[in-house]
Amino acid sequence: MAHMNMVQALNSAMDIMLDRDPRVVVFGEDVGYFGGVFRVTDGLQRKYGEHRVLDTPIAEGGIVAAAIGMGVNGLKPVAEIQFADYIYPAFDQVVSELARLRYRTAGEFSAPVTIRTPCGGGIRGGQTHSQSPEGIFTHVCGIKVVMPCTPYDAKGLLISSIEGDDPVVFFEPKRIYNGPFDGDPHKPAVPWSAHPGGAVPEGYYTVPIGRAQIVRPGSDVTVLAYGTMVHVAEAAVRVAGVDAEIVDVRTLAPLDTDTICSSVNKTGRCVVVHEATRFSGYGAELVATVQEECFWHLEAPIQRVTGWDTPYPHAFEWEYFPGPARIAAALKSVMEAA
Amino acid sequence: MTPRSRLHIPYPPARPGDKPDFSYVQISPPGAVPRPEAKVPVRDIESLAGQMVRVLGDDSKAVGPWNPHLDPQELQVGLRHMLMTRLFDDRMQRMQRQGRMSFYMKSTGEEAVAVAAGMALLPGDMLFPSYRVQGLQVVRGRSLVDLMCQCLSNTHDMCKGRQMPVMYHWAAGNIFSISGNLATQFPQAVGWAMAAAIKGEDRVAATWIGEGSSAEADFHHAMTFAQVYRAPVILNVVNNQWAISTFQGFAGGEVQTFARRGPGYGMPGIRVDGNDFLAVYAVTQWAAERARQSGGPTLIEHVTYRAAAHSTSDDPSRYRPKEEWKAWPLGDPVDRLKQHLIALGEWSEERHTALEKELEAHVTACWKEAASYGTLTEGPQLDPATMFEDVYKEMPQHLVRERQQLLDLLQRQPAPGSQEQRELDQQTRSMAKEG
Repeated sequence: MAHMNMVQALNSAMDIMLDRDPRVVVFGEDVGYFGGVFRVTDGLQRKYGEHRVLDTPIAEGGIVAAAIGMGVNGLKPVAEIQFADYIYPAFDQVVSELARLRYRTAGEFSAPVTIRTPCGGGIRGGQTHSQSPEGIFTHVCGIKVVMPCTPYDAKGLLISSIEGDDPVVFFEPKRIYNGPFDGDPHKPAVPWSAHPGGAVPEGYYTVPIGRAQIVRPGSDVTVLAYGTMVHVAEAAVRVAGVDAEIVDVRTLAPLDTDTICSSVNKTGRCVVVHEATRFSGYGAELVATVQEECFWHLEAPIQRVTGWDTPYPHAFEWEYFPGPARIAAALKSVMEAA
Repeated sequence: MTPRSRLHIPYPPARPGDKPDFSYVQISPPGAVPRPEAKVPVRDIESLAGQMVRVLGDDSKAVGPWNPHLDPQELQVGLRHMLMTRLFDDRMQRMQRQGRMSFYMKSTGEEAVAVAAGMALLPGDMLFPSYRVQGLQVVRGRSLVDLMCQCLSNTHDMCKGRQMPVMYHWAAGNIFSISGNLATQFPQAVGWAMAAAIKGEDRVAATWIGEGSSAEADFHHAMTFAQVYRAPVILNVVNNQWAISTFQGFAGGEVQTFARRGPGYGMPGIRVDGNDFLAVYAVTQWAAERARQSGGPTLIEHVTYRAAAHSTSDDPSRYRPKEEWKAWPLGDPVDRLKQHLIALGEWSEERHTALEKELEAHVTACWKEAASYGTLTEGPQLDPATMFEDVYKEMPQHLVRERQQLLDLLQRQPAPGSQEQRELDQQTRSMAKEG
């Protein structure tokens, strides 16, 4: 098995799908000749030509709208929005068009579009290169929302997204493109080659959409996390010294309620972690689901650990980031309550 | 054979390893383009969008009807501003490379676009800049220390550490906040100009975007609103040939100039040599005069070249020839104005070297002062608790709570009598009432 970082794994997923399926096209700003500002599409235009891997004008609304048109006309577009923070000019095309096309035409028209976009902070990107807007998209009926936390899952989930017939917004946590990150910016970077999730088959495989994954079994408390925060939660669990079960939610919509609720029913406690802001964030959906399904098994109020309800401040990246200390405090607090 | 369509994929004339080729840039001779009266109908001046207004010739003399006939003293001020902008950019890039700040974006080669336009406008005119027209700040007299402190996110940062470097704002200097999201300022400037007209003020708005981001819908919103209401606004497209790795053909510049979009919407479009200080000054002055006389908006395309990388995160050697700038047919704006002043007998190599030295020393002194207020890595740091301020005018309770959580985490108590303490007290009181 090869070792890949997340950039290489995503590249491999697109490479395989471009090769297997002539309907697949890849495009976005700086995606073609240059290979993307994060190098995720590096080499694909050289290999598949500039009619299948295209540079586009700087117009996110145009990119998503064109993807819809291509999808309606039989292609399988994989569109890159350079930063999730830049996705908003495409919002109308995603919410009013892409998400509802199948529904409003009673299934006659649909557009199997995959929108890839890097999200999350930790790269000194300030408020316009750090956002985690997944909760805005999980609130829209008709699109699937995915966020992997390892190269293995990134590749398998991206292939599933491209193969599927429904539109997917595929968030890539850019802080972990090159290695897992445990929330401590002062530690030396760890490469993916040192992590089991960095072992990635060269060839085709899929990771199903709609399935969460237990990344650390435990009995005391369930931690629900996704993306970068899975790794931060693992570090926090070590700090807190509790036997936590960490569930990587992985596909935010549709949600794998079964895996989540069996875990919470077993542990009786739950902490929800995400980097996005708290108020009306995706964590509220997780908390509500757990409350509805697991109420009689709960031994403590569910806690949320999230980014503060402010824009992502450039200077205070690490005071803003919901790091291991905050997660550990929440873990201790749910363990004490009873 | 059955006919079938095939996409046209724009391709730049040169990629790494190729010989630079700017034969696609249509250039009019200096002085060749007529200068109309400011209020002529658009249909009579459509040709301005296809030609190129130029004043400075290869002989460094100013020629033709667009010559703004500026005093030598004013030209010297322009040269000074451009040089200051360039030296400031160079220093900030070096400081980023040394890890003193997170990021930087230079405007090298494009200084005239900002400086000449800024000088042709009045101090009360409102500027809505992109992230590569820092010369506007220099023209308006913003201290370099302020700009540096913003880039450093330090204790004197006007943004209180909330924005990435170069995202300045200056209300007192009539310069709007720079956004990291592209083109958003273009239609906002139109709205500002509409307000000026509604309020009966004699003020003009001016705004800048790159040719790359003219593909965004916001460009078209600006064009439509500006023309429908004949808003007093100057819409500048800085065509510096490159949007990160994509050349201007990807924004629609292959078969049509960007200026021609003006007449397409019913407003004048002027294409200007963006490296010609005098020409940029003259067309800006013309557009401002037209706007002040209720003649409505003008679209100006500044033809220039992005000599530097897109940003400190970018490596242009991956997508364009290394020496491309040297082949750029419109030269270097700083050098061209310098040669013009020398040709006028109002400047010399000695004076230029002395000016460089003086400005270099000024930049050094400013950097020393700015760094004393803190850098990314050392010195005084901003208070993280301030990140909760200005989300709303009054801090809602959930933010007061979150701020306290952060303070607890940092094991710090609000200072007695501080704003933090007052808000916390207020919350405690209201919670007691509720209880």
